[in-house]
Amino acid sequence: MNDDCNDGDDDADDDDDDDDDDDDDNCSLESNYLNVNMSLSSKQKATVKDFFSKMSTRSDDIGAEALSRLVAVYPQTKSYFSHWKDASPGSAPVRKHGITIMGGVYDAVGKIDDLKGGLLSLSELHAFMLRVDPVNFKLLAHCMLVCMSMIFPEEFTPQVHVAVDKFLAQLALALAEKYR
Amino acid sequence: MVEWTDSERAIITSIFSNLDYEEIGRKSLCRCLIVYPWTQRYFGGFGNLYNAETILCNPLIAAHGTKILHGLDRALKNMDDIKNTYAELSLLHSDKLHVDPDNFRLLADCLTVVIAAKMGPAFTVETQVAWQKFLSVVVSALGRQYH
Repeated sequence: MNDDCNDGDDDADDDDDDDDDDDDDNCSLESNYLNVNMSLSSKQKATVKDFFSKMSTRSDDIGAEALSRLVAVYPQTKSYFSHWKDASPGSAPVRKHGITIMGGVYDAVGKIDDLKGGLLSLSELHAFMLRVDPVNFKLLAHCMLVCMSMIFPEEFTPQVHVAVDKFLAQLALALAEKYR
Repeated sequence: MVEWTDSERAIITSIFSNLDYEEIGRKSLCRCLIVYPWTQRYFGGFGNLYNAETILCNPLIAAHGTKILHGLDRALKNMDDIKNTYAELSLLHSDKLHVDPDNFRLLADCLTVVIAAKMGPAFTVETQVAWQKFLSVVVSALGRQYH
């Protein structure tokens, strides 16, 4: 038996045998095909809030690291930061901006029940001013997940991973809402 | 042809030499099946995948995760010609297994998350860059023979 199997018993709270929740957790084939609206179940929302609360002492580090890794692993993303003197991984402007972005993510956690409504002005900013190609939201989300996994290896279980990944995807959708 | 610096080769070699194939293979495949549940479509004959707990305890999945990870050894041994090294495996995944190649990317992302958890702060920015470069070459090679 492996550790995850034993831990599974302790994590019984995370995954009830509630059929309704399982239906919410597993995307319907239709929503997969259309790639829209894989919405969070109430259990997953709670998981996200809980994990972000645990993470809060390190949120600045995670934000700074995540943006550094974005520009390092996906150098094309530096194209959005040509106005900075130094857009290299670990540079002061990159770290500072990573912290800003993470602050926005935390704000979105508080608006998890209505991301589209809550992020309306941020969406307008991204649509009309920043015009960041939405594919980059996915890339940054991946880097955030890697940092969360590095800093909180025990807490960032597969169940937490899927909930946070879905949340970040929903966040990205809300940000791109006003694009066209 | 992909160019590798000495530093990148050293990083990749080091990761593999410290790798617990059973642990990391199992964790990566399980995480992929849980985070991207549609990937379960390829595992119809693997027993109970009902929820995260059963997936994590499934011995067939564990064994297959190990097998997949050992498949990466080929790329490690042939870093200068990963494309041709995986030509046959690419055809297998295309013609016999009928796996959508986007799934290679999903599994690669899960593998990265699992390795990051294992290595913690040792998974530096430089390490992540080299590691993801390696995986993207593998993913590309595996999808190359699809027709």
